[in-house]
Amino acid sequence: MTVHSQHQPEAPIMNYEMRIEHGHQAPVSEAEALAGGVVVRDLDAWYGPFQALRRINLLVAPKRITAVIGPSGCGKSTLIRCLNRMHEVVPGARGSGQVLLRGEDIYAPGVDPVVVRRRVGMVFQKPNPFPTMSVFDNVAAGLRLNGFLVRRSQIAETVEKSLRQAALWDEVKDKLSRPATELSGGQQQRLCIARALAVEPEVVLMDEPCSALDPVATLKIEDLMRELAKEYTIVIVTHNMQQAARVSDYTAVMMMAEDRAGEMIEFASTREVFTNPRDKRTEDYITGRFG
Amino acid sequence: MSTSTYQRRRATNALMLSLCSLFAFAAVGVLVLILGFVLAKGISSLNLDFFIHMPAPVGEPGGGVANSIAGSFFTVGLASLIGIPAGIGAGVFLSEYAGHRLGDVIRFTADVLTGVPSIVIGIFVYGLVVLKMGNFSALAAGIALAIIMLPIVARSSEEMLRLVPHSQREAALALGISRWRTILSVVIPVAQRGLVTGALLAVARAAGETAPLIFTALGNRFWSLSITGGPIDALPLRIWRYGIGPYDEWHQQAWAASFVLVFTVFVISLAARLLLRRR
Repeated sequence: MTVHSQHQPEAPIMNYEMRIEHGHQAPVSEAEALAGGVVVRDLDAWYGPFQALRRINLLVAPKRITAVIGPSGCGKSTLIRCLNRMHEVVPGARGSGQVLLRGEDIYAPGVDPVVVRRRVGMVFQKPNPFPTMSVFDNVAAGLRLNGFLVRRSQIAETVEKSLRQAALWDEVKDKLSRPATELSGGQQQRLCIARALAVEPEVVLMDEPCSALDPVATLKIEDLMRELAKEYTIVIVTHNMQQAARVSDYTAVMMMAEDRAGEMIEFASTREVFTNPRDKRTEDYITGRFG
Repeated sequence: MSTSTYQRRRATNALMLSLCSLFAFAAVGVLVLILGFVLAKGISSLNLDFFIHMPAPVGEPGGGVANSIAGSFFTVGLASLIGIPAGIGAGVFLSEYAGHRLGDVIRFTADVLTGVPSIVIGIFVYGLVVLKMGNFSALAAGIALAIIMLPIVARSSEEMLRLVPHSQREAALALGISRWRTILSVVIPVAQRGLVTGALLAVARAAGETAPLIFTALGNRFWSLSITGGPIDALPLRIWRYGIGPYDEWHQQAWAASFVLVFTVFVISLAARLLLRRR
């Protein structure tokens, strides 16, 4: 199976071969990830007595898209929820190991998870705009509710900029004061992306951001991700391998071990993973033999 | 199956069904009967004077229950000021913060408190507030009614807050919004209508309470809207005093006051239900 055969010829995103020519395929160096990205070292995570992740090591390159793929229940979501300390929000959940954001351990004692989450934004599987707020207020929520002392004009500026970044401005500029729930599913998801961008994070985590969307909305979001990767470090979880192949620069493959703990079995440039997988299980997974 | 067995089953079914329907209608009918009965008995006293005049001196005809209506609003208002914020606060704690064991203990305690006879709460507040202050007061009545409202508001608030999808909390937390801000600005607005409904039902319940007022508000034939300055009247107390009094005039006014009270409680409950349904 070749990857590009899955691809729509007119798709607006850069296809796989084009990106290789653009030179996105050098392996991630630890120095690079330490300086501007994220380094995960020996990360374990539990839900109560159940170990969900075991000894995860990952280098997230700055201003690149790193995809995490793997079958359902292998801990992909848990992994990225550890990158902004959302994992510990679940009762009984805990973890150990290091997650270095620009070289600083976000799990070091004295680090406030609230501050970490301002630096590492997140987009969830299902669009979850705040239902009681307008389109505008949704995007402004992060600024206002964080107690940042920003002027009204500044908020308006940031909202517009974020909506433009999320490729949503033209569609919603005339209904900024309408309830966010009136938007379509795809628009709501882009609104959630705009909302995350408004607090100017360094890293954006996306947890299967397209799984609740139709193909057209999905393509729009993928297009948007490529655009955002110019400025942001992006980690995306997906169980859609074609999506990982289409949008990501690097791919991490996770699998469940015997005891159902998630382990990382392969991490390399997306081209490597999809054309020349080193692990037999990766090959089986990406060729659709299981998962 | 033989024909006779079949017929017996059909007969049993019909009998049980009609019995159940009868009881169901009885439950609804009681409220209609009460409303109709108090209205019929009190209608001759229900006029403008009844709402805007003070009680007439004993033996004189006419007069109204303006002081009781004002007193009821005043004491229930005080109770709401104390009981609703405390109840919603407890609901927030139960839904957002309490662990399994602590939550269960608090929930059980609240349920027990709901079942405590209201006269016991009256005596409790009598000992705690009235004796300490040296006189009956609107404040004492407000505290007693607030204790009655507290568990109702707490439990209903908890239920309503639990209905808010977890994804809403996660969305806010992932933006780096602190936990209390998330609750205040994201979770509570979503549950707002439900919270108001719970509060209204508690207000309706408190408005009709009589026993705790006997020990706290005492009742007052004169106009009083002082928080701490002495006895205050309330509709349930007026009904009670007039109802056990010797004069026909009083009895009629008691009926009229009953109608006003039942009708008010009915309207509040109805408002609460409508509010919850419109979504």
